[in-house]
Parts: sequence; C-alpha cells; structure tokens
Amino acid sequence: MTATLQDRPAGRTSEPVLSMTGVSKRFGAVQALSDVSFAVRTGEVVALVGDNGAGKSTLVKVISGVHQADSGSIVFDGKPVRVNGPVAAQRLGIATVFQDLALCDNLDVVANLSLGQEQVTGVFLDEVEMERKAWELLRQLSAKIPSVRIPIASLSGGQRQTVAIARSLIGDPKVVMLDEPTAALGVAQTAEVLNLIERLRENGHGVILISHNMADVQAVADRIVVLRLGRNAAEFNVEDVSTDQLVAAITGASDNVVTKRRERGLAHPTDRHPADPDHADADAHRRPDPQTGSTS
Amino acid sequence: MTDRIDTGTGELSRSRAGAQIGNVAPGEEPVEELDPAVPVTAIDERLIQEQGFGGALNVLRRRVQGGDLGSIPVIIGIVIIALVFYAQNPAFLSSRTLVNITLFAAPIGVIALGIVLVLLLGEIDLSVGSVSGLSASVLAVLTVYQGWSTWLAIVVALGGGLLIGTVYGVLFAKVGVPSFVITLAGLLGFVGLQLVVLGPNGTVNLEPDSWLIEFARFSFLSPLASYVLVAVIVALYAGGSLYGIARRKAADLTAPSPTGVVVRSVLLAVGLGYLAYYLNIDRGIGYLPLLFVALVVIMDLVLRKRRWGRHVFAVGGNVEAAHRSGINVTAIRISVFAMTGFFAALGGVLAAAQLTAVSQASGAGDTNLTAIAAAVIGGTSLFGGRGSAYSALLGILVLQMISSGLNLLGVDSSVRFIVTGAVLLLAVSIDSVARRARSTSGRG
Repeated sequence: MTATLQDRPAGRTSEPVLSMTGVSKRFGAVQALSDVSFAVRTGEVVALVGDNGAGKSTLVKVISGVHQADSGSIVFDGKPVRVNGPVAAQRLGIATVFQDLALCDNLDVVANLSLGQEQVTGVFLDEVEMERKAWELLRQLSAKIPSVRIPIASLSGGQRQTVAIARSLIGDPKVVMLDEPTAALGVAQTAEVLNLIERLRENGHGVILISHNMADVQAVADRIVVLRLGRNAAEFNVEDVSTDQLVAAITGASDNVVTKRRERGLAHPTDRHPADPDHADADAHRRPDPQTGSTS
Repeated sequence: MTDRIDTGTGELSRSRAGAQIGNVAPGEEPVEELDPAVPVTAIDERLIQEQGFGGALNVLRRRVQGGDLGSIPVIIGIVIIALVFYAQNPAFLSSRTLVNITLFAAPIGVIALGIVLVLLLGEIDLSVGSVSGLSASVLAVLTVYQGWSTWLAIVVALGGGLLIGTVYGVLFAKVGVPSFVITLAGLLGFVGLQLVVLGPNGTVNLEPDSWLIEFARFSFLSPLASYVLVAVIVALYAGGSLYGIARRKAADLTAPSPTGVVVRSVLLAVGLGYLAYYLNIDRGIGYLPLLFVALVVIMDLVLRKRRWGRHVFAVGGNVEAAHRSGINVTAIRISVFAMTGFFAALGGVLAAAQLTAVSQASGAGDTNLTAIAAAVIGGTSLFGGRGSAYSALLGILVLQMISSGLNLLGVDSSVRFIVTGAVLLLAVSIDSVARRARSTSGRG
C-alpha cells in the first residue's frame, strides 16, 4: 500500500454527504473489495480510478444498491444507512448514470426524461407539463439538445449522455454517480460532458466520476481516489498530482519501499497532517468515521 | 421566447468561465474557449419549425429520406391495389364491395390489434387463431347447447381469452419461457381444446335470431347518423388539437400553427364525409367495422397518451431502461399478453357472429398468420418499440382488399395465399430497407 494523503479538500470544509468506511465485498473466491473507504462532499467531484478489476464497478454497484456490501458502513447525509437496492439508493438521493445509459431509443427526449414518473392530467398524459419539466432539467445543465421531440436514436453520443445525466437529476439527488461518461465520445462531446459535470458541482451535487481517462479526471475532479486490487491504493487532491503519479498509483508501480521512501521525502512534504502517524502504515488511509466511530 | 433562451446561454458561458478559475492553473489556456461544440454565441436550442404547407411537405420529404416511412408505404400499397383491381374489374370499387371489405376485415382486424400490442413488446403470439377459434366454440356451445344468454356466453368466451393471455404473460414474464414457444404450445393445445369443446358434431350453428348475428351482419348506421358521427370526429380532432396548441402556447413552448389544424380538419371532414357518403350508397357503415375502428382509435389513444401505453413502448424499446425507471416490467408484459388474448377471443366471437356458425375450422387455417401479417404490413416492427394501433387497421385493409379483389376476379384461393405471402415479404422488405435508412440517418 502506498501512503495516502489525508483527506483535505482545498477550501471545502463541509461534512461528507456520502461516506463509506471499511467496505468489503466478496464474490465467491474473489475478494472484490476489501476494507475500502470513500467519501464525497456536496459540490465536490471525486474521481474513482483504477485498473480493470480494481473494484471500481463493484464499489459503484455497492453505492447504487445493485450489490450489498458484506461488511462496512455507509453514512449518507449524516445518518448510517443500508442501501438494499437501486430503488432505495434513488430514494436516499443517490443517482447513478450507468455506462449503458439505459435510455429508450424509440422514445423521445421528453418521454425518456419522464419515464416512470409521467404526469397525468385527467385521463391522458400531460405532454405539455412533461415537456416544460424536460426543458427545465436541460436548462439546469445548460444542455444543448436540438429538440426534445426527437427519438433518442437521433441524438449523438454526447447528447445521449446529456439526457442520461439530466434524467438522473429527477428527484433532486444529493449524489450523482457517473460510470465512464466520456467513454466512446469524441473530443467535442467529451468537453460537453465535462461541462455538465462542472454544472452538477456548481448546483451543489456531490459527483462521483468513474473514468479511465486521466485527462478527463484531472480536468474536472477535485479529488482522485485510486483503487487497486480491491483496496484503497491512494488518494490525491487534483492540484497536487501529476499524471505519472496517478498512473503509478493505478498500476502499483509506486507500491514498493523505494518509491514510498521517495514519496515521504519529496512528493508532498507540506501535505502531512500533523497528527498523522507514519504513512507507511497500511491502515493509515482509513479515516475514523465521525458518526460510527468504527470501521465495520 | 428567443430572448429567454439567449439569456440562458449567456449565463451558461459566464458560469463556465467561473468554473474555470477553480480548476485551471493560472496562465493555462482555458479549454472551453477552444471547444467548437460549445459556441459562446446563443443558438436556438429548439427545433426549427417549418411553416406553412411547403414546410409541411419539406418535413415529410426529409422524414421519407431518413427512412421514417410510417404508414406511407401501406397507403401507397392500398392505392396501387385499388387501381389494379379496378382496372381488372370496375366493380371492385363499388360501394357494395367496399362495404363487404369493411365487414370482413373487422374480425381479423380485432385479432391483429392484439398482435400489434404484443409486437410492440418485441414478442409474438402465434396462438391467436386457436384462441379465437376456442372462444368462438365456447360461445356457440354455451348459447346453443347449454341455452345460456348470449351476453353471459360472450363474457365467458372473452374471459377465457383474457385468462389464456394472462397465463402466457405469467409464463413469459415470471418463468422466462420464450413467447414463441409458449404460444406455439398454445397454438396446438387450444386447437385440441376447441375440438373437445365442439364435441362429436364438429359444427354448431348459432341461433339465427340472436342479437349478436344481427349486430355483426345486418346493423348499419343510418346515413344521418353516419354524417353526425363524421362531424363529431372532426370536431373532436380539431378541438383537441387547438386546445393542445393553446396549452403549449400558454406554457411558452413551440406550438404548431393552427392553420395546419384547420387544413387537416377540413381534409378529414371531406375524406370521412365522402367515405360515409360512398358507403351509404350501399348498406352504409356497419356496426361491426365501427366497433373495430373504435377499438383501434381507443388503443391508439391508450398507447400514445396513457401511462400504460408509454410503458409498453419503453419495455419494447429497452427493458433495462424501463426496469431502472421503476416501471413494473412484469406487470406490463402480463397485461399485454392478456390483452392480446382478449382481442383474439373478441375477434373469434365476432367472426363466429359474422359466419353464423362455428366449426372445427374456425380460427384455423390462415386466421393466425393473416392477423400477424396484417400487423406487420401495417408497419409495426417485429423487433418491438415501434408501431401503432392504426397498423392493424391499414394492414388488414390491404389483406382484405387483396382477398376480395381476387375473389371478384374468380381467382383460386391458392393464388390468394401466394399473393398474400408476396405482399408480406414486400412489406417486411420495405421495413428493413427503411430501418437501414433510419440507422444511417440517425433516426434509429
């Protein structure tokens, strides 16, 4: 394990809206997550990065309620919670935009944005009200969609991502989780989606961004959490980290005594928390939880 | 309206610039400035509205080029079929033939309406023919042999169809058996059950003075009633459209021009009025086809304008998305199969009333495939999520016109099967070509 930086967001002192401590998840013989800690504040973009098999997807699924953690505690909005399913997560205020977006290609933007929560006036659907709400959501994101009355199939990848993100904002979630939102997007469309992420932060959402793309992560994230082999490998403030350091943390190249010594000596001498013990301690990254006071 | 949009975009660029400060190191070039996809100048984010008649034609032309054909091929097909048979025998377009076409199209059309529903889910029901035959047999045996009242027998027959459909739905949605296999089993099983119900005689004649037969064969709207009906339909259409436009304007959304509504209402009034006049030369508009068209219109409204219909399209389009939206996919699936069973039973009852008899051949033969072919020819996709209740109406009209035309020419029924098969193949080919055009032009 590398030494991890103490969680110290620049200029943000608010309590985490979502924090997880000591989360473990096992699938048969595979320990997908062991003792992982993770937190996001309102108005903060936290990037979750890691190699394939690092446990990103499992952590996302635990947060979104698709899987339940074997052990560990989740504190949401100051209260310990159990996320028993996707519906429970949505009700808490955790919205997830999965990589497959889950939009209906055959329906138009309005229908997709209102799906499952259609407005009915009298006997028929209230298309006018739903369209008004759709515009409202899209404006909130300053999103560019040519028309809300064309099928999703006619939209570009970036526009689909926009609709999916707008859809996640229904019900005013506190935390929005985006799984690889820029995968398979062009340069311009990626920029569009990154703008949306900044908008989410400005609107006070806690944003969890899962990505393989270091450039995207460094462009929008405030904090970067690195997972490796199902464990917390490192945690950086985005201002303090170079791409090389990130890649090293992801691949584990920094995970040896020599680099640890060098890090302690050179990398972030001012980042030391005065009360922190030696960072070489494997458990140093585990922050004591203010609510539960324990890690399980 | 434009003003407001401009303001919104202006805010956007300002706040983006604000967001830059937190993230981009001093001296570094802000990324957004270089981004061609995010112009700082305001753009109208709404669809360009084509104005007037020329605009409407433009929209239509672009839709056709993009492969969004809708019912255009079917309507062209209907015109071609009418002209070909008219050239062979002018009696084809006589009032008498047209009234007969409307009468004979209705029962299988009702079955096709159920098929449209199940196709919208991307599933299939192969057993509608047998279910229609079974329900007809139940009706006949209960009224003729058991002396039940016609109403009660109809309720039992339709309830049977509903029950069969529900069982299909549960097997499909809960157990996970493919609908093709379930309904194939139903196809065989219910033919057998029909033979059991009919008993050794095999053919049951319905009571000739039953109101059901009166309804299906001899009841027609009076000319006055037909024109009143046309007026009511046009008034409802125009009123509904204008009300919708007013509401959109009130909500500050783009609204189509009222002129278009007026033009369409006039066209509708002239078209329906002439159709009513032409049919009134013979017997007029039958109650049976009227029931069928009413069911089509109701199902169209339910599919497009009610929550259930929206959810059917969503499940047919993307099950996973529907599920994550909180839609009860299982309930939608079961209800759709149940309604398909119900419409099959209703079609069987109507067909029995029209033929005044139920035999072992009721619902057998080509009933099944005619109903499925009608839904597909009418433009409902076999792959789910795309289609309309009106495709049942248009599709069955095409098939019944071909059938009546060939009968009129005295052609053997073997030819009818061949021609129907060719038309089905043509319809699906057009749909496939259109789908390719859709995917290249981004209309999906």
